Amino acid sequence: MKTYTYTEKKDTRSGFGAGLAELGRTNPNVVALCADLIGSLKMDEFIKENPERFFQIGIAEANMMGIAAGLTIGGKIPFTGTFANFSTGRVYDQIRQSIAYSGKNVKICASHAGLTLGEDGATHQILEDIGLMKMLPGMVVINPCDYNQTKAATIAIAEYDGPVYLRFGRPSVPIFTPADQKFEIGKAIQFTEGTDVTIVATGHLVWEALEASKALNEAGISAEVINIHTIKPLDDKAILDSVAKTGCIVTAEEHNYLGGLGESVARVLAQHHPTPQEFVATNDTFGESGTPVQLMDKYGLNSAAIQKAVKKVLKRK
Amino acid sequence: MPNIKELTDLTTQVRRDILRMVHKVNSGHPGGSLGCAEFFVSLYQNLMETKDGFDMNGTDEDLFFLSNGHISPVYYSVLARSGYFPVEELNTFRIIDSRLQGHPTTHEGLPGIRIASGSLGQGMSVAIGAAQAKKLNNDDHLVYSLHGDGELQEGQNWEAIMYASAKKVDNLISTVDLNQQQIDGSTDDVLPMGSIRAKFEAFGWTVLDIEKGNDIEAVLEGMKEAKSLTGKGKPVCVLLHTVMGNGVDFMMHTHAWHGKAPNDEQLKEGLSQNPETLGDY
Repeated sequence: MKTYTYTEKKDTRSGFGAGLAELGRTNPNVVALCADLIGSLKMDEFIKENPERFFQIGIAEANMMGIAAGLTIGGKIPFTGTFANFSTGRVYDQIRQSIAYSGKNVKICASHAGLTLGEDGATHQILEDIGLMKMLPGMVVINPCDYNQTKAATIAIAEYDGPVYLRFGRPSVPIFTPADQKFEIGKAIQFTEGTDVTIVATGHLVWEALEASKALNEAGISAEVINIHTIKPLDDKAILDSVAKTGCIVTAEEHNYLGGLGESVARVLAQHHPTPQEFVATNDTFGESGTPVQLMDKYGLNSAAIQKAVKKVLKRK
Repeated sequence: MPNIKELTDLTTQVRRDILRMVHKVNSGHPGGSLGCAEFFVSLYQNLMETKDGFDMNGTDEDLFFLSNGHISPVYYSVLARSGYFPVEELNTFRIIDSRLQGHPTTHEGLPGIRIASGSLGQGMSVAIGAAQAKKLNNDDHLVYSLHGDGELQEGQNWEAIMYASAKKVDNLISTVDLNQQQIDGSTDDVLPMGSIRAKFEAFGWTVLDIEKGNDIEAVLEGMKEAKSLTGKGKPVCVLLHTVMGNGVDFMMHTHAWHGKAPNDEQLKEGLSQNPETLGDY
């Protein structure tokens, strides 16, 4: 079995910052907007190098989404930056009407998604954003898994013409994907080959899935780990090809099981290849204060939880 | 000098279009549409510098954004009669498979429309973004927007109003249709807003009133003055005093016709008060 290691940990939001800085150097149409969270979003480098292409909006996210929509009229490619909660729920109607329905080329870049925001607690830990955004017609939804993938995704979405929701996070997590990768929107990545179970993971749960597959392998269970970084459009084929081989699946995400990746996968399976599935996700709940590791443990979003789900789903085959 | 007779004739025809459009589908918003007929005709026939044809980016031309999208009938009529799409297409207002949706949208590709509107309070932010894009592109054309007075109750406007002056968005003229009516009654009954002028001024805007918002010469003169005030470091707000339902006597001075279509008899009466000038679609 192919195994993955890492030598460095970094936050995915820094991958966004690095990608945005590179876009600042390579694409003159890219502009950035922020609602008073420059440091949290790691936008400093872009701003330093391109002050005229940065818009500090202040604490006014609704206005930010509208201004971003307006900037596209004139050929700009706006990247908005704030926390995931304030990038989605707070401004849903602005995104719906002025960006999604209007077909505007806005990149909604959302940091501090999920429980791993940590100590700030549930007001800031959105676990519903993937669901909110994937329901908007025409919206692309991406949740990369490490620094390198987030950087590559940030660069890739500038080339795509249309609204995109890019979700990333605050904690330092292992870097295990290559620095020179080309990010393909909507294309799943198979990390390990397996025959007994498929594990489909997104965001911070991809590393946990790889850790789980290592442990499972030692216990004689062969797991195929697939990274779905693009929740919409979903790579149906990669999922169906894998379950055709393994016959069962576990989905893993830092999100409510309602509306998340797991439900998207369940829809594909129900339509084309009904398959036993277990969900590693939060169970229709808000989060709370705590360290990221404590929270991921308490809410069942780690390698141990994935292993448990695998053992459960194997019995349902 | 603009030919006032021609503009007046066009305005009368636009009123007929509005009445006929909403009557046909027994839905839509005639009151605010009628009140803004002179404004739209002035804008598209005289004030705005526009290029032939339509492209979404609108580089090197003036842009207009309608924030209170429910007054789509007047917008569609004036766009059609200004050459953006065939006048006959007004026949399709609000019917299935039409580009003329109940509220304006880019979704069906109707030339002239650059943003969807209808859910209120979003248009000023969009207009600001477009104005800032013009500055980045060294394009010295202007951005115009129109907002209902009741619409100012939406909080996003005040985020935008604060931002526009702070960031010196001085290539923007935002007009407020001050008809003092909204769905549930007069703005004073529903939610008194005090002095809108004082509020915009306190937020750092240059404000001017057009007291006779249904007099085409007054609108032209006031909007020209507004244009002369751009480029001076402040966004410009025009308070356009209009009468809801203007030009159809039984629709005037009431909120009752905000979103109600005339019946056959009322249509006949409304049209008789606005005789055909340029030809019905």
